[in-house]
Amino acid sequence: MHKYLPNTDAEIKLMLDEIGASNIGELFSPIPEKVRFSGELNIPKGMTEQELDKHMEKLSKMNISMEDMICFRGAGAYDHYIPVVVNALASRSEFYTAYTPYQAEISQGVLQAIFEFQTMVCELTGMEASNASMYDGSSSTAEACTIALVNAKKRNKILVSRGLHPETRQVIETYMSGRDVDIQEVPLHEGETDYEKLAEMCDESTAAVCIQSPNFLGIVEDMDKVSGITEQNKAAFIVNTDLISLGILKPPGDSGADFVVGEAQGLGNPMAFGGPHLGFFAASGKYIRKMPGRIAGETTDDKGKRGYVLTLQAREQHIRREKATSNICSNHALNALAATIYMSVVGKEGIRELALRCANNARYASEKLIETGRFSLLYNKPFFKEFLVEAKEDTGKLNRRLLEQGYLGGYETKEVYPEMGNGWLVAVTEKRTKQEIDNFAAKAGEIV
Amino acid sequence: MADASLRYSKDHEWVKVEGDVAIIGITNYAQVQLGDIVYVELPELSAELDKDEVACAVESVKTAADVLTPVSGTVAAINEDLEDQPELINEDPYEAWIMQIEMSDPTEVESLMNEAEYASYCEEEE
Amino acid sequence: MSKLIFEMSRKGRRAFELPESGIPERAALELFPKEYLREKPARLPEVGELDVIRHFTELSRNNFGVDSGFYPLGSCTMKYNPKINEKVASYKGFAHLHPYQPDETIQGALKLMSDLGKMLSEVTGMDRMCLQPSAGAQGEMAGLMVIKAYHEKRGDIERTEIICPDSAHGTNPASAAVAGFDIRQVKSNKRGMVDVNELRELAGPRTAGLMLTNPNTLGLFEEDIVEIAKIIHDAGGLLYYDGANANAILGKARPGDMGFDVVHLNLHKTFTTPHGGGGPGAGPIGVKEFLYPFVPKPVIAENDGMFSLDYNRPDSIGKVKAFFGNFLILVRAYAYIRTMGGEGLRKVSENAVLNANYVLSKLKDTYDVPFGDRCMHEFVASGEKQKEMGASTLAIAKRLLDYGYHPPTIYFPLIVKEALMVEPTETESRETLDEFIDALIRIDKEIQEDPETVSHAPHSTALGRLDEVKAARTPVLKYNFGEEDQ
Repeated sequence: MHKYLPNTDAEIKLMLDEIGASNIGELFSPIPEKVRFSGELNIPKGMTEQELDKHMEKLSKMNISMEDMICFRGAGAYDHYIPVVVNALASRSEFYTAYTPYQAEISQGVLQAIFEFQTMVCELTGMEASNASMYDGSSSTAEACTIALVNAKKRNKILVSRGLHPETRQVIETYMSGRDVDIQEVPLHEGETDYEKLAEMCDESTAAVCIQSPNFLGIVEDMDKVSGITEQNKAAFIVNTDLISLGILKPPGDSGADFVVGEAQGLGNPMAFGGPHLGFFAASGKYIRKMPGRIAGETTDDKGKRGYVLTLQAREQHIRREKATSNICSNHALNALAATIYMSVVGKEGIRELALRCANNARYASEKLIETGRFSLLYNKPFFKEFLVEAKEDTGKLNRRLLEQGYLGGYETKEVYPEMGNGWLVAVTEKRTKQEIDNFAAKAGEIV
Repeated sequence: MADASLRYSKDHEWVKVEGDVAIIGITNYAQVQLGDIVYVELPELSAELDKDEVACAVESVKTAADVLTPVSGTVAAINEDLEDQPELINEDPYEAWIMQIEMSDPTEVESLMNEAEYASYCEEEE
Repeated sequence: MSKLIFEMSRKGRRAFELPESGIPERAALELFPKEYLREKPARLPEVGELDVIRHFTELSRNNFGVDSGFYPLGSCTMKYNPKINEKVASYKGFAHLHPYQPDETIQGALKLMSDLGKMLSEVTGMDRMCLQPSAGAQGEMAGLMVIKAYHEKRGDIERTEIICPDSAHGTNPASAAVAGFDIRQVKSNKRGMVDVNELRELAGPRTAGLMLTNPNTLGLFEEDIVEIAKIIHDAGGLLYYDGANANAILGKARPGDMGFDVVHLNLHKTFTTPHGGGGPGAGPIGVKEFLYPFVPKPVIAENDGMFSLDYNRPDSIGKVKAFFGNFLILVRAYAYIRTMGGEGLRKVSENAVLNANYVLSKLKDTYDVPFGDRCMHEFVASGEKQKEMGASTLAIAKRLLDYGYHPPTIYFPLIVKEALMVEPTETESRETLDEFIDALIRIDKEIQEDPETVSHAPHSTALGRLDEVKAARTPVLKYNFGEEDQ
């Protein structure tokens, strides 16, 4: 008997009698002999809890965590502080051992939390509606592009800014590889989308224009310029953004965005070696019924009491099947719950303070690095919590040196943006103290 | 109540011909299958459609169904009442028309089923 | 009725704090042009810490998880989520890793992923795993794109069709459509299995592949699988395995041995990673060696005991998500497999199948079970008889809520009228099963004696039946703040 397998041998016998089978093997007789697996799987013998814990601890210690280093790297995953309350609440088993809330009467907890999440996303992004979450920012962006494409009959061009995270751009390509679409990259000019080039490229065959702001280089883009172009050409305007930046930055909804998507890992979820993260998806009124994935809606019960249900399910894969625009089934509910709790803790004043702190920390760090004389800011543009400098020292060497000193240095951009030379993308969140930044800059600026 | 002169498609649409215009809706059988209708995605005015092309969609809580046009032509009118009151289709599916098509080939109607044929078609579907 | 957190807000209340900085703070206007700034604040809640705690604690109490009670949701495999897995996934050496750390600082993570891949290959009988997809549906999409890429690489561009059984889960045709395929449907025969004759006619030079769940969504093992594989392979197509029902066959049969070329697993079903109220999960795919070049990148390479991420994959379909996969979910699945071991996994399936057959045998005299007296890890009953007496499957499901159960899956698969899909899983005891069986039998009696008790259920939940029509007709998807503050 195993701790997860309650049936004792005696009970197994009783159950077999009830079924009318002489042994368990009989229950597997439908499996043709030719494909039956005999013997045991070649997997090491099971461990007890004590042994497993030790084993996993050892394995985890073969990694160096960002709790033991000072993190100045972003590039899509951010070291934001997670208030203790987030895990205390999200780890309640009624939340995490629950299934998707299809039986609304016993899932009001999850459904209401989703409704609150949707509301908060709409508040920050300035959009009409949000869904219950997507897997991550990159797939969320890809799905927005797909919906824009499918809805713009007779248009098959999508313009994607080079300012988008390189992996997001790759995911868009993969997601749309099964469709008849022409994905074109809009180049950058001085660190942001080349708006003039965009105006040239955007025409009546363009289904959507997709930009990221703050972009991969940390620079805040001019959304009004882009929306001017998309409106003129009746193309959908998709913005990939950072919800924390929207604590002080203008909501893309106010600039006429049709879809606002992005990565919300920084809100209450750890970096987790890349997953699970949290995609969000918000849309303007025109596209409410086209949003992919799960959506919670408010309604009443037969006695008029307020409650919540999953709604607009007719678009989803389990009903539309091959006619569905998206195949998404699961979402990242638990991560969205963590983000909801996080946003409740941070609150109306806090999100502004947090955003301002990140922006100030980043600005300060850039100045300290430039002061050393070994770094120069590549583009003189307003940035949020990340910035791109060109380093005098080869960034590979620089990072190796800093690693030994206990720092995870900036992201080396040479492979993904070869046109930006020896670029070093440094991220600074509210977790970084003045001391850490001063020491980091000093070490980075050393001549070796 | 269904008008005896109506014609029917295999996809449970009804057609009423008035001159060169085909008035189209979905049948009682269809609305019963769908359940409470929550949303009708109307076609675009002046859209040109071929016979059996997907013209628009009707959504209920539990399902979404494409409405195919039983005849080719141009969308001359759409029933905007359905935007705010999609339930009209449940209440009287033969009154609550969805779209009117100016037919490009009026003979197409002849290949549709008549009342009796449609009735036995529905029985077979059961 | 629970208040929304926005309804609890009071101006000036806060739960947030930031340490003092020492860095002179510039105003937003000094950092950004005015046109880039927000004019009005986002109306996030203004609450204290205790408010947050009480609010979400209350929400959790309005929710039902596996830890709360029996959850026989067919095809979801709602088995126990081991707490040790939660503990180890929270170790800082797993949770606080940046995805772009240098290889030498993440050897533990890469080793875990590599070992997990090997163990999952062993379980499935495949050659290689790719752990990137975040969910089963994403795994399906990736797997189908791999199939597409394979055919295209061979210059065979005629293969535009994927065949799915009529009993398939909705994600199957949806994923195939997203991957750019046309879908052909093969019907199930009287025994509830793929109609092999019809399949023979459907398979041909336009067949890219067949997607199959085995056991299928009726809980029946596709007994003709060897012939099915031959038909598809002879026609030049590939076989895709939807691993949703893998809990039935661990250590008893392997899709790789059945002839499948690509598989996906649902770690949040078979491998105990928690459902989380809808996610996150993980849907890794397994392939036979000849398809490995096409899987999403990067893959994990090993050289002299050192692990690294290999992006040099010219034939790869690309990426289905940023980074490498839902790593913390992979950690949990790894921990589970190391807990059970090979023999333990076999016992998991044996008990899962035993439990399902036990429930079936005790219910079959009360509820019709259209496809026979035996099943694998789940079975589908029909509430048609009960509907004629006055209460549909939906009503039965709602009545079960009054008895303290999460209902089984209802109205799926589509080929059974008034379907009720029951999957007990192996982590449930016989008493739990007996109590559930009693409840269902009692409900049947209620339908006979007083059908309204059932047809108007639930009666004892905090909320009655919610108006889904209203929610879909006039969607209210966010809180209405009214005129306040803006």
